[in-house]
Amino acid sequence: MATAVNAPEASSGSQPAGRRRRGWRDLPVLRQVQQSVGLQRGMLVAGLVLTGFFVLTAIFAPLLAPYEYDQLRDATGPFGAQQEPSADHLLGTTVGGYDVLSRVIWGSRTALFVIVAAVIFSLLLGVLLGLLSGYFGGWLDRVLVVVADAIYAFPALLLAIVIGIVVNGGQSSLFGGILAAALSITVIFVPQYLRVVRAEVVRIKSEAFVESARVIGAGHWRIMSRHVFRNSTRTLPLILTLNASEAILTLAGLGFLGFGIEPTAAAEWGYDLKQSLSDVTSGIWWTSIFPGLAIVLVVMGLTLVGESLNDLADPRLRSRRRGSAAPSDVAETSVAVGPYTAPVESPGGTDGLERPTDPQEGQR
Amino acid sequence: MTTTTTELTGSTDAPDDEPAPRRRRRGGGGGLGSYLLVRFLLIFPTIFILVTTVFVLMRLTGDPITAALGGRLPAAELQERVREAGYDRPILVQYWEYLTALVQGDFGTTQSDNRPVTEVLTTFGAATLELACYALIVAFLVGIPLGRLAAYLRDRWPDAALRVFAILCYATPVFFAGLVFKLVFAVQLGWLPVAGRATTGSEIQLQTLDSSTGIYLIDAFSTGDGEVVSDVLQHAVLPALTLGLLTAGVFLRLVRTNVIGTLGMGYVEAARSRGVSERRLLRKHAYRPALIPIVTVIGLQIALLLGGAVLTETTFEWKGLGFQLVQYLEARDFVAVQGIVVLAAVIVAVINFVVDVIAALIDPRVRY
Repeated sequence: MATAVNAPEASSGSQPAGRRRRGWRDLPVLRQVQQSVGLQRGMLVAGLVLTGFFVLTAIFAPLLAPYEYDQLRDATGPFGAQQEPSADHLLGTTVGGYDVLSRVIWGSRTALFVIVAAVIFSLLLGVLLGLLSGYFGGWLDRVLVVVADAIYAFPALLLAIVIGIVVNGGQSSLFGGILAAALSITVIFVPQYLRVVRAEVVRIKSEAFVESARVIGAGHWRIMSRHVFRNSTRTLPLILTLNASEAILTLAGLGFLGFGIEPTAAAEWGYDLKQSLSDVTSGIWWTSIFPGLAIVLVVMGLTLVGESLNDLADPRLRSRRRGSAAPSDVAETSVAVGPYTAPVESPGGTDGLERPTDPQEGQR
Repeated sequence: MTTTTTELTGSTDAPDDEPAPRRRRRGGGGGLGSYLLVRFLLIFPTIFILVTTVFVLMRLTGDPITAALGGRLPAAELQERVREAGYDRPILVQYWEYLTALVQGDFGTTQSDNRPVTEVLTTFGAATLELACYALIVAFLVGIPLGRLAAYLRDRWPDAALRVFAILCYATPVFFAGLVFKLVFAVQLGWLPVAGRATTGSEIQLQTLDSSTGIYLIDAFSTGDGEVVSDVLQHAVLPALTLGLLTAGVFLRLVRTNVIGTLGMGYVEAARSRGVSERRLLRKHAYRPALIPIVTVIGLQIALLLGGAVLTETTFEWKGLGFQLVQYLEARDFVAVQGIVVLAAVIVAVINFVVDVIAALIDPRVRY
């Protein structure tokens, strides 16, 4: 399950080759589970369980859901609108006559699609811009940072609405809707990735190994891709989990405002909540509670993971193991420390990351 | 904290900051005055960038008239209307015209109900402002004391419970929280009204008032009618809680982290070694410095609040800008949407400026 969570990080190439050889215990999230203690471990594991459950539900939605997301009738006739939970419809039916349970399950799939698309888009754009901005500096850097700051300070939902209008004028098919939601979220995320990667790049740029690569005569592109990029991505998994949760909230917000995906194209939790708005006044609870709970649980799972990773990366917030536990375990963690709170970046960490690339560099 | 400030200030609390020492070296002389001036001037590029971004994005897809009426009118008539409104001219000309009008405070005219956007903004802005103020009060009252408590009881079960509560505040979409509150307190228990800003009776009384501010609580007080006041307050409870809790979670987490941070500082350690009680340490030594970052974070919270207000207003039919925005979206009135979005940009930029000024006044480290 944890590996399912890791998939986007691993495939994005952010995992340095040197780390991978040390075995599964050193995979990002798993390593943190190892080093956490007590309450912190509980929160991390709870988050992983929720996230894993969400990912599995999304993958196996066709098997799990009793009906299709847009199914209105079965062999015995129409489902009927606003039916109370019963044996046929475990969570009841919506005002539009859909099965609530099926739409909740199918909704996880839409959410996962949007997260994956948004994260891939913003990783590509944000990391690239951050690299350029941090590496070259100058006016490009200044312009990018000012633009990123302006966008970052702006209400994300409003920006998402504007993008939604641009991409499909508000109405959407499955892929149009997913693309619109993903792009809106991308615009919100890119400034964050840009800032983080840029800060790392600025720091790494002055490291000795970059200097030596330059002395050897490596070109800008090579230095950027081999030396700087590979070392500047270690905080990304953390932002990634936090942003994934934001992606779900933005998607649901768009859906709630009527800017999401049409009910016939895919199931989307925010849209279902919008539809249930009038049900609530007449005391019909099952149409709103279940999609809402789905959002809460998924966002909570992702946030628990993100927050735990954050705390574990911050020496001030990390709970220390008491008594006889091996202290080496704790010391080693500072490798993963983020750039801002790090007391000093640990030399062991950067060496380990750089080792596989250096010999090749020397041969050229 | 706006990141523009981080650029300027090198406050070490921002997550996206570079290591502090490098920044300090860049700092050096300069007083509060020059800092304020630079910070003030930075408002304009921020607004300019956002206005341009929104304009470009909105016009990428075509003109607002085709967007609103496309398919509903014969093509020839549509062309005629587009030409009349001047949307067939080069985009740069239109952009320049838009900018000059904006500088003069002209946001255009809505298409669906043919009102000046400025009028829409002033009419509905007051309601949103009122809601945002209530929400901030709730956020302070809930978030700050609980965050302090969590830091004090760090790593024990109340801390865990409070942290889960904070995450829950963040993880619950505002509209879902609103729906649940509505379901429980308004429909099931019947304690509070379901939606709206006041009952129709009070609303009429408020709107016929001579010196109407649009902020219902103030207006209610000036009617001098106790029933109207309590009516307005009752309507405000659920929306305020809904929007306030969203921000309260952020405050709780922030206060907790900061208090834990300051508790580990050298001067707190020194005070402890002098025999100052733990309680006093928390109250006098660790708590106050931990509050400074809150001021700066409010700047970013405004963006969250505005976004949340759109959803909260829709949930509770609170007739503010957000509620209106959704109406215009449904009518595909993109001129009005653009106006509201641009207003939001101005608000965000100005509030961030004010917040940064306050931060600079409180904490001398911010300015250099």
